[in-house]
Amino acid sequence: MSKNYYLKRIGMVFVTIYLVTTFTFVLIRYMPGGPMDYMVAQLIQQGLPEARARQIASTYLKVNPDQPIHVAYVDYMSGILVGDLGISTWYDRPVLEIIISALPWTVFVMTVSLILSFAFGIALGAWMAYREGSRFDSVATIVTTFLTSVPYYLAAIALLAVFSFRLGWFPTGGRYNPDMAAGMTPEFFRSVLYHGILPIASFTLTAFGGWALGMRGNSIQVLGEDYLRVARLAGIPERDIVIKYVTPNAILPLYTNLMIAIGFIFGGSIILEQIFNYPGLGYYLFKSIETRDYPLMMGGFIVITIAVAISIFIADMTYSLIDPQAEAGDSRETY
Amino acid sequence: MKPTDDLQTDGGELRLEDLQLDETQRESENRWVTYRRFADEYVKAPFLILWSDWRSRAGIVIVMMYVLAGVVGTQIIPAPYPNQADLWIKPFQSWRYLLGTDKTGQDLLGLMVHATPSMLIMITAGAVFSTVVAAVVGTVAGYKGGTMDRILMIITDSMIAIPGLALVIVLAAIIEPRSPVLVGIILSSHVWAGLARSLRSQVLTLREDSYVEASRVMGIRTPAIIGKDVLPNLMPYILINFVNSARNVIFNSVGLYFLGVLPYTNLNWGVVLDQSYNSPAIHSFELMYYLFVPLVTVIMISFGLILLSQGFDRIFNPRIRAKHTKSGGKESVGAEPDEGSTSVNTTMGQ
Repeated sequence: MSKNYYLKRIGMVFVTIYLVTTFTFVLIRYMPGGPMDYMVAQLIQQGLPEARARQIASTYLKVNPDQPIHVAYVDYMSGILVGDLGISTWYDRPVLEIIISALPWTVFVMTVSLILSFAFGIALGAWMAYREGSRFDSVATIVTTFLTSVPYYLAAIALLAVFSFRLGWFPTGGRYNPDMAAGMTPEFFRSVLYHGILPIASFTLTAFGGWALGMRGNSIQVLGEDYLRVARLAGIPERDIVIKYVTPNAILPLYTNLMIAIGFIFGGSIILEQIFNYPGLGYYLFKSIETRDYPLMMGGFIVITIAVAISIFIADMTYSLIDPQAEAGDSRETY
Repeated sequence: MKPTDDLQTDGGELRLEDLQLDETQRESENRWVTYRRFADEYVKAPFLILWSDWRSRAGIVIVMMYVLAGVVGTQIIPAPYPNQADLWIKPFQSWRYLLGTDKTGQDLLGLMVHATPSMLIMITAGAVFSTVVAAVVGTVAGYKGGTMDRILMIITDSMIAIPGLALVIVLAAIIEPRSPVLVGIILSSHVWAGLARSLRSQVLTLREDSYVEASRVMGIRTPAIIGKDVLPNLMPYILINFVNSARNVIFNSVGLYFLGVLPYTNLNWGVVLDQSYNSPAIHSFELMYYLFVPLVTVIMISFGLILLSQGFDRIFNPRIRAKHTKSGGKESVGAEPDEGSTSVNTTMGQ
């Protein structure tokens, strides 16, 4: 692959991010109501007369609702270039600050569950393939297929209902014990883990089955290859064959999926963090849509878009390094 | 048209063979035979293969149950309304309210059944929309190449990168969809992109095949080549992904109805789930059935659809078919490899 190709591919990432930003910017202006209307409605609910509510909201909100869209767009885009994402209308704090405080929590829950489900799925899938046709294999296939068919948020609801609300073993929400000072203490880490277990479990339980089934299919395919027959005839021990040849070759096709999943899980956090009341990126994105908080909404969209675009870019770039047979998708015009 | 009618009514195989041997058959008869053969090859045979494996058979039965509930069930089971019965009747206590009643005394089975038709319409609309868009974008981009490819892929990549659920929520707020068809389309407004991308890369290899090149040399127009030479090869993949995007619609719609971001005009399993989640049911084991009835309803159809897509995979996968013939049939059916790779995408999707 030429240097030119890499440059083009990097250019594509930037074009993608730019397009999504523009598209989202225009799109959210079409949402009925605005930050103003939402806040006025909230104030009226608290018993204020409408005129007074409108007055408070307009002094409180630092947005100019009468600004034409193209001016607002140029303003916003030039702000992004210097790292200014604006000020959240609902929380009245810089968007960047909110995102930076929320992002680690989403990354924590999502990364742990992704690593757990991938590792467990790969191990189980390889084992199932190795024992193909056995009773263990049939039972495991059915169980994993069933778990895969459970939406993660339904698992979350069921876990929450049984273990938090009914049995009281786990907290019903939050990121850590609010009475505790955040810091590098072991108690704090324990609290974070304790609050994170159910969100992590609901993602892991419903995701590992997919990886296991994928791994099983790939391994069975690899196990049937001729070169393994040769390896066996050459007297290479079975353990070495599995570890050195079967597993790496079977994982390879799943690699791209893993990279794409890293990007996707950010989006998946919207429902999950809502259910667990877990203030991460998805929680704030949902809240911002509800309150028509344009700056925060844009910030959430942009951060997730960047994460996905970069993940896919890394997947594309590294895949051809790992698998020499992979061709870079060319788009020469021939016909 | 008389002879054709005859054939249609008796439909015997002997008659069919006679016709095929008959050299002076008419056009219409000829076409009828073609239809029959087409049905045999593309409908009957795949169905028999599907039916031969107990897992895909279970998938078909489960999906058919939902279709039956949506079509016939709504006629038999009266539409639920508040206070139609006592509150909190436990499930499996009476035949009249088989799944029990909820906090407002509505029949839970009725709620589930009457939510099914709009759900089925939503699923079909969403799956058809995303599959068709993906097929068009993927094949055109892959086959045409050049500028067209670049433009389409930039759009596709942007669609993949945008956070799908957030986009759906925003779109739902703007459009406020009422009809289930529109809800289904909005829910899959971003789903087509991933499929389009993988279809494109398959077309890239297909377009170099000699028979496609032959068609090109013969001067057949591009749309015809795409329709007749390229698309049929992608059908298996498209079909499997059709089922998977159907599941995706279910996942997203129930999730978003649960969050309350879709208009409550349609009765939906997600709405029932939301109501049970905000009721005493969540605090008590006795009442938890209220939560688990919609939960199980959603999981069951999703399970059925996965089994079905695994079944499709088994039909189309030449490696599995070859293995099937080599080992000589039914004994090895239980040990069929499942290509989970197709489902990984969707399960990790959102």
